[in-house]
Amino acid sequence: MVDEVVGGATPRDDHEYAVVVRGLTKSYGSVKAVGGVDFHIARGEVFALLGPNGAGKTTTVEILEGFRQRDGGEVSVLGHDPGNPQSKLRDLLGIVLQSTAVDPYLTVEEMIGMFAHFFPHPRPVGEVIELVGLSAERTTRVVKLSGGQQRRLDVAIALAGDPELLFLDEPTTGFDPSARRGAWEVVRNLAALGKTVLLTTHYMDEAQYLADRVAVIASGRIVAEGTPATLGGRDHARPRVRFRLPAGILPPAELVAETDAEGFSAFATEDLTLGLHTLTNWALDNAVVIEGLEIIRPTLEDIYLQLTGGVTARDPDLPVDPVVEGSR
Amino acid sequence: MNSLRLTLWQVRYTNKAYWRNPAAAFFTFLFPLMFLVIFTALLGHGHIVLSGHRISLSTYYVAAMASFAVISASYVNLGVGVTFQRDSGILKRIGGSPLPGWAYLTARVIHAMLMAVLLVIITAVFGRAFYGAAVPSGKDLIFFVVMLVVGSASFCALGLAVTAPIPNAEAATAIVNATMLPLLFLSGVFIPIGDHAPAWIQWVGRVFPVKHFADGLQAGFVGSAFHWNDVLVVAAWGVAGLLVAARYFSWEPRR
Repeated sequence: MVDEVVGGATPRDDHEYAVVVRGLTKSYGSVKAVGGVDFHIARGEVFALLGPNGAGKTTTVEILEGFRQRDGGEVSVLGHDPGNPQSKLRDLLGIVLQSTAVDPYLTVEEMIGMFAHFFPHPRPVGEVIELVGLSAERTTRVVKLSGGQQRRLDVAIALAGDPELLFLDEPTTGFDPSARRGAWEVVRNLAALGKTVLLTTHYMDEAQYLADRVAVIASGRIVAEGTPATLGGRDHARPRVRFRLPAGILPPAELVAETDAEGFSAFATEDLTLGLHTLTNWALDNAVVIEGLEIIRPTLEDIYLQLTGGVTARDPDLPVDPVVEGSR
Repeated sequence: MNSLRLTLWQVRYTNKAYWRNPAAAFFTFLFPLMFLVIFTALLGHGHIVLSGHRISLSTYYVAAMASFAVISASYVNLGVGVTFQRDSGILKRIGGSPLPGWAYLTARVIHAMLMAVLLVIITAVFGRAFYGAAVPSGKDLIFFVVMLVVGSASFCALGLAVTAPIPNAEAATAIVNATMLPLLFLSGVFIPIGDHAPAWIQWVGRVFPVKHFADGLQAGFVGSAFHWNDVLVVAAWGVAGLLVAARYFSWEPRR
């Protein structure tokens, strides 16, 4: 992982960054798709843009890719303005679109070779095929590949030109868990090669696993930016301790625990060691059996849902997820 | 990178994909030959008098099917094929690569024109061998080649233009055929239109490019007088198609 660049910091020199976006706006008719977006991506960084459908993710990415013209703001991609069709930017980009786009009648090798030819300094086709794990399908026609394999070919095509910057728009949507793991390894390999990656995704575990930094976009604006561990004050959120006591027994009053309809009690604490100590000491002293003890912290998904106005199924007030499971 | 070299290189990939797509190869390649066999078997006996010129019906059909083949290989092939590529996102992907979009489409057009020429040669050889049809030769060949090149290029341009109103790949085959099949009938490609055909049919032939093109190729086959205005009308339609395509062509799926 690359050293963290603190979110919101103003870049001193745009050339330190692969991508700089300032005050980006874009409307379709009267609909404001992007309403003033700012972010930057350091060279070699894996940056994830998260957000619900219609939040402006794809519009933002497509402006950076050069598919859309912006209405306002400053955009620099590898030092180029993607809105200028004359720039040599496309020699430096690898683009994986949201939906797989491959020619059904060519083979894996031909498809990658075809795109490699468009670039001034392509990566050897065999190397690209190996990188995405399609060596066994080298001479297979695209139409005979599985959906996951076609998507990996999609990534391979984006790598054919040995790009500096790779755009991955929801690369693993529709994958089964093992195919997703495989795709993640591909992205990790790319990061290890020093490539800059801009990833958009719906999957928080994907962002957590792959991204050095994430930004959450909602209704055309960035609502939070940070590392997966610190996004939205996640690292500062107080952990909660949740447990169940036998019927009729109340937890010690000093813990200020609340008990829900299922009989589970929970309290939040600044000092987890002290809180746990108080609880377990009290239980031992009074010979009370504590069931289902767990320490819960907000996951990236909880923070994401809070930021984007979603609601978790478990607890709308303080979204939680088990980190440590107690005795059952 | 030299765009022209890239364009020519791209023709190779277009060609590979073309022959591996059974539907495209069948409809644009085998269909005209199949129609030639059927039409000459059913209607290809005797002679017909067109504009005071006596032509054997087998030669008539060899010429007509050559026209049909060119239109299939250019207009139908591009109209359907490019819409499929647009809908599958391939055109958008190309747009995101250093290859200029026009170079990619030019490669498809060059390939379609090569297929058209190849089909005309096959049709002529086939017609000569099995039906004793006349084939273009001598001075007629020059005009014939001009008509063939202008015609196939123009129908390619119209094929690109017709993708603009097509909403999605599912509708492509229907719309492309619906725009062309009636014209093929009304232009005498399948059934000869005599000089006593209803006036509106004659007008359709005068306005649209199909009859002018078919007449031009036919002139080459039968050695009758050729009219440069046939070439001009077809070329005008081609330019119009190019302008429509330049203005309304979509590189992204229409959703």
